[in-house]
Amino acid sequence: MTDSHSEFSSDVDSHADAPTIDPDLIDDAVDYFIPGEPLVDTKAPSGPIADRWSTRKFEAKLVNPANRRKLSIIIVGTGLAGASAAATLGEAGYNVKSFCYQDSPRRAHSIAAQGGINAAKNYKEDGDSVHRLFYDTVKGGDYRSRESNVYRLAEVSTNIIDQCVAQGVPFAREYGGLLDNRSFGGVQVSRTFYARGQTGQQLLIGAYQALERQVAAGTVTTYARHEMLEVIVADDSSGQRRARGIIARDMVTGEVQTHLADVVVLASGGYGNVFYLSTNAMGCNVTAAWRAHRKGAYMANPCYTQIHPTCIPVSGSHQSKLTLMSESLRNDGRIWVPKRKEDCAKDPREIPEEDRDYYLERIYPSFGNLVPRDIASRAAKYQCDDGRGVGPEVDGVRRGVYLDFADAIARLGRDAVEAKYGNLFDMYARITGEDPYEVPMRIYPAVHYVMGGLWVDYDLQSTIPGLFVTGEANFSDHGANRLGASALMQGLADGYFVLPHTIRDYLADGPFEKIDESHPAVVEARTSVEERINHFLTVNGTRSVDSYHRELGNIMWEYCGMERTEDGLKKAIDLIRTLKDDFYRNVKVLGTADSLNQSLEKAGRVADFLELGELMCIDALNRRESCGGHFRAESQTEDGEALRHDDAFAYVAAWEWGGEGEKPILHKEDLVYTAIEMKQRSYK
Amino acid sequence: MKLTLKIWRQPNAASTGAMHTYELDGVSPDMSFLEMLDVLNEDLNAKGEEPIAFDSDCREGICGMCGLMINGQAHGPEVTTTCQLHMRSFEDGDEIVIEPWRADAFPVLKDLCVDRGAFDRIIQQGGYISVNTGSAPEAHSIQVPKDAADRAFDVATCIGCGACVAACPNGSASLFMGAKITHLGELPQGQAERDSRVVNMVGQHDHEGFGGCTNIGECTAACPKEIPLDVISQLNRDLRTALRHGH
Repeated sequence: MTDSHSEFSSDVDSHADAPTIDPDLIDDAVDYFIPGEPLVDTKAPSGPIADRWSTRKFEAKLVNPANRRKLSIIIVGTGLAGASAAATLGEAGYNVKSFCYQDSPRRAHSIAAQGGINAAKNYKEDGDSVHRLFYDTVKGGDYRSRESNVYRLAEVSTNIIDQCVAQGVPFAREYGGLLDNRSFGGVQVSRTFYARGQTGQQLLIGAYQALERQVAAGTVTTYARHEMLEVIVADDSSGQRRARGIIARDMVTGEVQTHLADVVVLASGGYGNVFYLSTNAMGCNVTAAWRAHRKGAYMANPCYTQIHPTCIPVSGSHQSKLTLMSESLRNDGRIWVPKRKEDCAKDPREIPEEDRDYYLERIYPSFGNLVPRDIASRAAKYQCDDGRGVGPEVDGVRRGVYLDFADAIARLGRDAVEAKYGNLFDMYARITGEDPYEVPMRIYPAVHYVMGGLWVDYDLQSTIPGLFVTGEANFSDHGANRLGASALMQGLADGYFVLPHTIRDYLADGPFEKIDESHPAVVEARTSVEERINHFLTVNGTRSVDSYHRELGNIMWEYCGMERTEDGLKKAIDLIRTLKDDFYRNVKVLGTADSLNQSLEKAGRVADFLELGELMCIDALNRRESCGGHFRAESQTEDGEALRHDDAFAYVAAWEWGGEGEKPILHKEDLVYTAIEMKQRSYK
Repeated sequence: MKLTLKIWRQPNAASTGAMHTYELDGVSPDMSFLEMLDVLNEDLNAKGEEPIAFDSDCREGICGMCGLMINGQAHGPEVTTTCQLHMRSFEDGDEIVIEPWRADAFPVLKDLCVDRGAFDRIIQQGGYISVNTGSAPEAHSIQVPKDAADRAFDVATCIGCGACVAACPNGSASLFMGAKITHLGELPQGQAERDSRVVNMVGQHDHEGFGGCTNIGECTAACPKEIPLDVISQLNRDLRTALRHGH
């Protein structure tokens, strides 16, 4: 499940001056892209940061209630960001079409988030505030997010809790009947609202019910088991280019459908499945976002990936997905590997204390097992690369480290450990068949969330007019690293409280000139979808779609995962290009276009992952610094910690599609902080 | 492990299906049930036979998308979702019979995939609290006794997988409906619409072709989230009250 525990010890800073980088060292990717014009206008109002959102809302044009039903909105995705937007815009009286690939809107992967949702309610009177939540989020993102957006996120966070409580979301409560809060990791305030370990599920069901209410009211039409395969971007008679609809495939009948509207919203989630194995759901994909990218929407910071240290390791080559366990386990579990390689296959209980290497406690004596996610993840990788991993050998390597509760059980008693972690231990036992009360758990890092996504301005509008992007699908709020319990906050902030205002400003100029299915842009989009489907079904090669996906995942994990290097990334780009070429010539997709065909669905997704993977590597190659979840081996301190280079990389890398087989174009949006000071972190 | 799998194959909703037999070798006890089917599908694809269609998404037991009848039991022999069932629950040499959910209200779309849209339509008829975005009062203005909040949460964990319907000899969705009625009925926010909610949801339930409840209890035994049977008592109580109120 998706975890929400925050970075540990996030309040440690050093105030050292930012290091500088030799300008000759920042052109790693120079052969792989074309420099483009900088992005300057993000549409954020100027003035004091606390007033910007109020200003924007006031300046946004209004739409007369009687006109709203004449305006149509397409929303792709029904997770927190999509369902909340569909419900809210339906309530406002717009004509909404909502699409999801699952069999019901209620199944989107927001449902898997465990831990909680942050909000600056300050119910504990412990010094929390909008400004503090803003500050923690920018700092947690390693100063690579846009401050105006993050401030707004913190500002509307309190409204989210009000809305969800009114909907009947059963948040945890205290005996007095008021809402309970908890503190996550090293954050020093208690601002996280939760519904046991199923907060994502309860928030999503709340948004889903609000959505279904609008279906009954006739304002929203839902299209389940429909997959968006193309965006329609059309010029009107005055030459104004706008997103005007989508091409979708009915996944049951195979019918390719055209859906037209005045505006399109992508709330299609993240692309962690480019790594094949991740904690994402099986169907999570980049197709909606990538098709938009190819039509002109810039993709921002695609290399920013969050890798979570406490997942259940891979058990064999059959593995289809990874399962996350809450990071809170690191509060009481001790992480170790055998000191000697020959002990790795032994029963861990037979390895004496002096032959164990508690490597986090050894390397980071002050934080020990509670070092931040990226440090814990990389350290585990180094032990396994060194041949000291544990658990089953998969493809010749043991990829796992022990998370041992023996000391905690001895100190606190089994009952206390069970009360704290019982559900996680049960989940672990069900998946691995091992009893973690008796045998140390095995953990390994896994891809969990992506901070990168389509570039949006302050209004959440992409570089295609009329194409808005919300939730994990956009890039804006988490910088290079997302804090725990902030993904749910962002999805609902975008959908309930931000997009409905900013989209109104865009729609006030509508309804736009009618277009129909004979418009050249519609014909082109539809034809390209049909040709692609036809291609996959006629290649009749020898390899399954899954085999390509797995190979791509291995490349990404090896070279664009926890640690990235110039050589590795260049190698990965070559490997991906070769693999893509082979995929189009040798993939084997059976079945027909006019029926439910899961291999065909996957083929389209993998084709897009192949192109995205290459861009992620180029982005990672260009960013010769370490920040948040992005670690370049060439940019670290003497102690092996991430080293940012604010002088060279304090910008958003927004990539423009350069055309088939052409280099992408890099547009930079400089990050300017007026309300916060940039600092380097230290965990020693 | 070596297994004999008898699996329902049906090309589409309009056609007639049949059981097909497949032999599968090299199954690891550490595989999940769905990973076992993934391996079978890779085999079939290599042989030029169309893979078996089945639904799954999160594969961590929370989205509710997966669901198979395994040897006649909804989600198989353990109290969990199909995706969280592992092959160590079976023996080498076993014959496993795999079918889609059995219920008139869940028509088969293809192979093991069914249409559960009826659940969404039941929710549309009142499975919500009517509150528009932005009109909510301050969260702490609504106090909820802890036991009511806990009870609401316990039944709100329903994942809408449909195992209750598939397990029920009557094909009733009373447990699904009762869980939502109880979740919202326990909370002060849910009182204003309590009567109309139950009447409208039950009306839609019957219209969809789900059967009535005769207190057999197979639903709660099959429920991966262990929704208790007494939510159906709550449903009946609320329905009676609503009718007495003149609904």
